[in-house]
Amino acid sequence: MGEYKKPKTAEEFEQNFSQIKPLMDASMAYYESSRCLFCYDAPCVTACPTGIDIPLFIRQINNKNTKGAAKTIYDSNYFGNACGKVCPTEVLCEGACVYNHRDAKPIEIGRLQSYATQDAMQKEITLYQPAPANGKKVAIIGAGPAGIACACELSLLGYEVHIFEAKSQPSGLTLYGVAPYKITNEEILQEVEYLQNQFGFKICFNERVDSEKLVELEKNYQAIFLGIGLGKTRFPFPMEKEMPNVIGATEIIEQLKVNHLTTNLGDQVIVIGGGNTAMDAASEAARLGAKHVTLAYRRSKEEMGAYEFEYDLAKAVGVQGVFNAQPLEIIGTDQAEAVRFVRTELVDGNVRPIEGSEFTIACDAVIFATGQSKQVDFLNKIKDLELDDKGKIKVKEASFQTTNPMYFAGGDAVNGGAEVVNAAADGKQAALGIHDFLIA
Amino acid sequence: MPDLSVNFAGIKAPNPFWLASAPPTNSGYQIMKAFDAGWGGAVWKTLGVPVVNVSSRYASVNYKGNRMIGLNNIELITDRPLKDNLREMEEVKKYFPDHAVIASLMVESKAQWHQIVKDVENAGADGIELNFGCPHGMCERGMGSAVGQEPSVLKTIVEWVMEVAKVPVIVKLTPNISDITYPAQAAKEGGADAISLINTIQSLVGVDIDNFVPYPIVDGKSTNGGYCGPAVKPIALNMTKNCAQIPNYDLPISGIGGIETWRDAVEFMLLGASTVQICTAVMHYGFGIIRDLVPGLESYMIDKGFNTIDEMVGKALPNTKTWENLNLKYKVTASIDESKCIGCQLCYTACEDGAHQAIGLKGDEENRIPFIIDENCVGCNLCSLVCPVEECITMVQTDDGKSHNTWKERTEANEIPNDFNDERAGGNGHWIPEPKDALKKKR
Repeated sequence: MGEYKKPKTAEEFEQNFSQIKPLMDASMAYYESSRCLFCYDAPCVTACPTGIDIPLFIRQINNKNTKGAAKTIYDSNYFGNACGKVCPTEVLCEGACVYNHRDAKPIEIGRLQSYATQDAMQKEITLYQPAPANGKKVAIIGAGPAGIACACELSLLGYEVHIFEAKSQPSGLTLYGVAPYKITNEEILQEVEYLQNQFGFKICFNERVDSEKLVELEKNYQAIFLGIGLGKTRFPFPMEKEMPNVIGATEIIEQLKVNHLTTNLGDQVIVIGGGNTAMDAASEAARLGAKHVTLAYRRSKEEMGAYEFEYDLAKAVGVQGVFNAQPLEIIGTDQAEAVRFVRTELVDGNVRPIEGSEFTIACDAVIFATGQSKQVDFLNKIKDLELDDKGKIKVKEASFQTTNPMYFAGGDAVNGGAEVVNAAADGKQAALGIHDFLIA
Repeated sequence: MPDLSVNFAGIKAPNPFWLASAPPTNSGYQIMKAFDAGWGGAVWKTLGVPVVNVSSRYASVNYKGNRMIGLNNIELITDRPLKDNLREMEEVKKYFPDHAVIASLMVESKAQWHQIVKDVENAGADGIELNFGCPHGMCERGMGSAVGQEPSVLKTIVEWVMEVAKVPVIVKLTPNISDITYPAQAAKEGGADAISLINTIQSLVGVDIDNFVPYPIVDGKSTNGGYCGPAVKPIALNMTKNCAQIPNYDLPISGIGGIETWRDAVEFMLLGASTVQICTAVMHYGFGIIRDLVPGLESYMIDKGFNTIDEMVGKALPNTKTWENLNLKYKVTASIDESKCIGCQLCYTACEDGAHQAIGLKGDEENRIPFIIDENCVGCNLCSLVCPVEECITMVQTDDGKSHNTWKERTEANEIPNDFNDERAGGNGHWIPEPKDALKKKR
C-alpha cells in the first residue's frame, strides 16, 4: 500500500505535496542565521553557480536588514526566491558549508535565502531602478529562468526587452517541471511579477516563434537571446503507436503542475530512468496516490545521474528501485499493460543485456524519464547558428554569443539540461555579453 | 565526599550557592522554593525605604542566537510592605533553620538603619547585607551606589549599623567606581564583617532605533539601568581579585556577577570568593540550575582533591600578577590540527586583518586548511579564540622554558628601551607587509 491517497481536493493535494523547504519565520531565520561562521572566501559562494555573497546576506538577515539581504541575493541571481527553494543546495552551497567537515548540520542557506526574498516580495520592496532607455531593443525567446534573468539585467541597463513565450505562463521548467513539493506555482509567478514590476520587460505569451517571426525579430531587434530550453521526452526505443498511459516525464509533470487533481496515473506506475527527473516523476506518482511505484534503471544504483538526496526523497515516499533493468518493449494493445525488461551487466563500461534474463512488470502507466530532445528543427532555421554534435547551441564562454553574432543563448539549450540556477546565471551573464556587443 | 558547607563570616550554610538580592528573592515563597531545590542561602530582596516601581523594567543584550547574555534592570528595592517581608522571613527560618537568610537593607537616616537592623534580626535573619550598590533610581535619592561611591559616607553608615548589629554584616559594593579597593577598605574600617561584589553596572543596553529611545521603554522614555548577567563576569572577577589582593585584607568575599555555572563559581572562588551569589541565571532558567551547580562543584573538588571550600579559595591569586612581573622570555606559537580544521579560514582573516599577518593560505580550493607563518606569530592567541572547533588551534610553547626576564627586572637592570626607535623595543625586526600590498588582496 502506498503512503499517500489520491488527492481529491486542493487541501489534500497540498498535504501530499507539502513543501520540503517551507518558509522560515523570523525567529527561525534569526537563530539559523546566527549559526553562520562568516567564513573567509566562503566555500558556499564558490559552490553557487551565481556566486551569491551568502555569508553577507545571512549576516544581513541576522542583523535584521532583510531588505539588504534580498538585494545581495538578487544582485547575483534574479531567481533568488525560486533558487532558494528548488536548487539542489545539498550538492551546492549547503554541500560546501564547512559545518559538514565536523559532521554538524550545514546552514540552511536555501531556506534563509527564500526567507529574505519572500520578505522583499511580500512587502513589494523596490530594489532596482532601471537606467533610462538607451533606445535599443532586445528580443528574448523563451520566458524560462535564462530568458527572464537576461531580461532583468538588460532592462536594468536601459534596454527595451520583449520576451516571446510559447506557453501561457512564465518561468519555463521552474513552473512546468519542478516538483510541486519544492515550490508552488503561486510562488513562482509571484517572483516573476515582482521582477516585472521593477524591470518593466514585457512577456508575450502563447507566442511560438517560427521562421516568419524570426525574420521579424531580426529586423526589429538589435539582438536576440535564445532561452528555449529543451524539447519533448526522448524515448529510448521507437514507439510503434501512441498509448495514452505511456508518457514522457516532462509531459506528465507539466500536466500535474497545471492540473493538480485531474492527473491520474493509476495504482501501478513504472518510471524509467536514473536522473533527477526520474526521481521527481516517481515521487510525484507516489504522492498522486499510486500504490506501487517502480523506478527502473538500466544501470546500477551507483551509476544513477540523480543526486543521492533526490533518490532518498523518492525512497521516502515508497518508491522501489529496480536496477540493471533495461526496457525492451511495452506490452499491451491500446494501453500499456506491462513492460518487458532484460537484466543488464556492465562489460568494459558498456551496458550489455544478459540473455535469458527477461522479466515483465505489470503497470497502469509507464513514465519515461530518459532525457529531453533538443529543439534542433527550430534552431536550424537560424542562419549560421552552429550546434554541437549533441544538438546543443555553441556559445562563446564569457559572452554567451552564438556563431550568429546577433544571437546569444543560455540555459538548457546550451548546457543540455541543468538546474534553474545555472540558467539564471547564464541569462544574466549573456545580458552583459549582449550589452558589450551592442555598445561596442 | 567534599564538604560544601560554608561559614561565611559567621553565617553558616549547607553550600556556597546563594541567591543574590534581586527579583528571585522577592518573597518567602520564592526563597522556600529555592531552599527546597537545594540552594544554600538567599539574600532577601532589599528592604528599606518605600518605593514605587515602573512598568517595563528589564532589557537584555542578545548575541547571535543567545538570549540575555547581559540583563539590565530599572527595578528598585522591594515594593512590598516591610511587615509582610518580616513575617515571611520568620516563616522561612522556621522551615529552614540551617540555611542562610540574609536581609539586604537600604534606608537613609541613622535612626532608620538602627530600627531596620533590629527588625530583621528579630525576624531571624542570619546576616545583613548593606546595599551600597544599586546604580539606578535609588542613587538619585542619595542611597545605593551614591553611598558606595563615597568611601567616607560608606564607612559612616557601616559604623551606624555596627552599633546595633548582632549578626554578621556584609557590605555590598558597587562597581561604578574607578578603584573598588577604596570602598572595600572603608567597609573594613567601618567594622563590617564581610564584603560582597559586584552590584550591577550602570548601563544602557540598547536603543530602539525606530523610536529613538533606549530600552527598557517606559511610556516612550527610558533611564539608565543596572547591568548584570554572563557578560559582566570578567569585570566582577577582576574586582573580586582586586579586593582579595588588598594587603592584609581579611574580610571574606561573596562573589557576584554573571555566575551561571559551577565553573563560574569555581573561578570566583579561585580568585578569593568564599561564597557566590546568583541572580540572572535564575531569572533566565529558574532555581533548577542548582541541580547542575552542586554536583558540578562537588565533582571538581573531588578531581582536584579539595575537601572544603576554604581549601580552594584564592588558589589563583598567587598566579595573578601585575603586568611587569610577567616573563618576557616565554613564547608560544599557534599550531593548527589539520585533522580538526574545517576550512572556515576565520583564523586567517582574523590574523590577517586583526593581528599580525602570521597565517597563510595555500590558495587551493580543495585544501582550505591555513598554515601558520611561525616567524610572524607573536603568540597572541587570537586565531585560537576565533576558531569554531574545540582544540583545533592550540598554542604551543616554543621557548626553552629556562629563561626568565620581566619588565620589572629589566627596569631594575636598566635594560628597557628608552626612546621611540630603541632597538630593544618589542616590535623591532618583526616582519610587516608593505602598505601597498594590501591592495592586491582579495576582499
